[in-house]
Amino acid sequence: MKHLRSIEELGKEDLLRLLDSTDHMAEINRRPIPKVPALRGKTVVSLFFEDSTRTRLSFETAAKRLSAEIMTFSVSTSSVNKGESLRDTVETITDMGVHAFVVRHKSAGVPWQIAQWTNASIINAGDGAHQHPTQALVDCYTVREAIGRSSFEGLNVTIVGDIKHSRVARSNIAAFTMLGAQVTLVAPPTLLPTHIAQWPVRVSHSLDDVIASTDVLYMLRLQSERMDQGLIPNLGEYGNRFGLTDQRAQRLQESAVVMHPGPMNRGVEMHVDPADLPNSLIHKQVANGVSVRMAVLFDVLARGGELNSLKEEGVA
Amino acid sequence: MNQVPIGSSGKAVMSGPDVSRAISRIAHEIVERNQGAHNVVLVGLQRGGTWIADLLAERIAQIEPNLVVPNGSLDVSMHRDDIGLRPIVPGAISEISFDINGAVVVLVDDVLYTGRTVRAALEGLNNFGRPRAVQLAVIVDRGHRELPIRPDFVGKNIPTQVSDEVDVSVDGVVVTAVES
Repeated sequence: MKHLRSIEELGKEDLLRLLDSTDHMAEINRRPIPKVPALRGKTVVSLFFEDSTRTRLSFETAAKRLSAEIMTFSVSTSSVNKGESLRDTVETITDMGVHAFVVRHKSAGVPWQIAQWTNASIINAGDGAHQHPTQALVDCYTVREAIGRSSFEGLNVTIVGDIKHSRVARSNIAAFTMLGAQVTLVAPPTLLPTHIAQWPVRVSHSLDDVIASTDVLYMLRLQSERMDQGLIPNLGEYGNRFGLTDQRAQRLQESAVVMHPGPMNRGVEMHVDPADLPNSLIHKQVANGVSVRMAVLFDVLARGGELNSLKEEGVA
Repeated sequence: MNQVPIGSSGKAVMSGPDVSRAISRIAHEIVERNQGAHNVVLVGLQRGGTWIADLLAERIAQIEPNLVVPNGSLDVSMHRDDIGLRPIVPGAISEISFDINGAVVVLVDDVLYTGRTVRAALEGLNNFGRPRAVQLAVIVDRGHRELPIRPDFVGKNIPTQVSDEVDVSVDGVVVTAVES
């Protein structure tokens, strides 16, 4: 695998391979000294044009645990403020000798654009409302761990909230569907994309209608600026209709699990304290984030890169 | 890479009972060398060494009935110097659920060849603690070392060509000449 930019581009076979190798990384993270020399001599740069806590930190932790060098690019203190273009920024960093870019940007498609300007591998850490593939890998791995099997055949996944603006939803719909789950989207019509009919999903406008038959309840963060854009009447009304309240939580099946990519809006989409939910996977999602990103970095930098170039030289 | 080309044939150099007797002898040698094995832990290398470590643990339990020898496994793929040349084997995950600090760790593998796997294993063990000593048990030493590593317990020394494939299982040891 040279790049990880979208779940569709990744495909089912590679998706399953990454989940398998995440098991290995999780074992390393359980060791008294969780650090291996696998990516010694590799340099990763994290290029975040948008804010992030868990994605950036988990990538940086993952790189360090595999002994890769990590450079952190922060836009606020860079020459972007002097008007340097994205292309010049990428080419400058490439000239310093990096093997992989971890990119987050507010515009969809930036990871593909950047790949034209560098030979390094590109890992998409979120591009606009388009894709967030490592989050989908984290979520698939977390569900797999909870249910104890790799096939999601027969699993009802319900994704609730601002589907329209959510890259997490797009990547997760693709990944969960690829593994065999049936995905149902729940949102007000204003927060659904216009071309929804082409997606392999069911759509509902009522969380109450689907909650009792849900196996995986995936709550998305509602960005408060959506209210100013007139997409929802107010946060309280949204919470009443689409939030996870105590009453709704009680209607969940005993085996159902609750997920949220973070950061959470307590009192909006999450009325219950997730700590009170018996089957919340929210903390597992964060914990698994490091292992999954180790598997991605390893695949891109050791397995994909060197394996392929050695094959070309006839060594492997 | 591991496929046997048409026309080549494998030669059985140890039978199933031979392998079983070698494992029994090594179990006795481990107990003898360590004066009773009370501080010994076994670590089989994924994947070829794990079943041998399981059998060694059984045999040592027969020799020293009052002793439980902890038995774990180690996947060295993240510690190799030829990283990326071998894909990670799904499910071949390290499991060392006991403390190795101060213990005598016996690394167990099926074949000792270049010594690179053992080097990676020595490094991997550091993540889990500081053993008092590390010893190495293998069923077959096929020569061609590329590092200063030697085994402590050997089933059989078998001279081979570099191009040969050596396969160890409960059914015996087969050396296959691969014409390149």
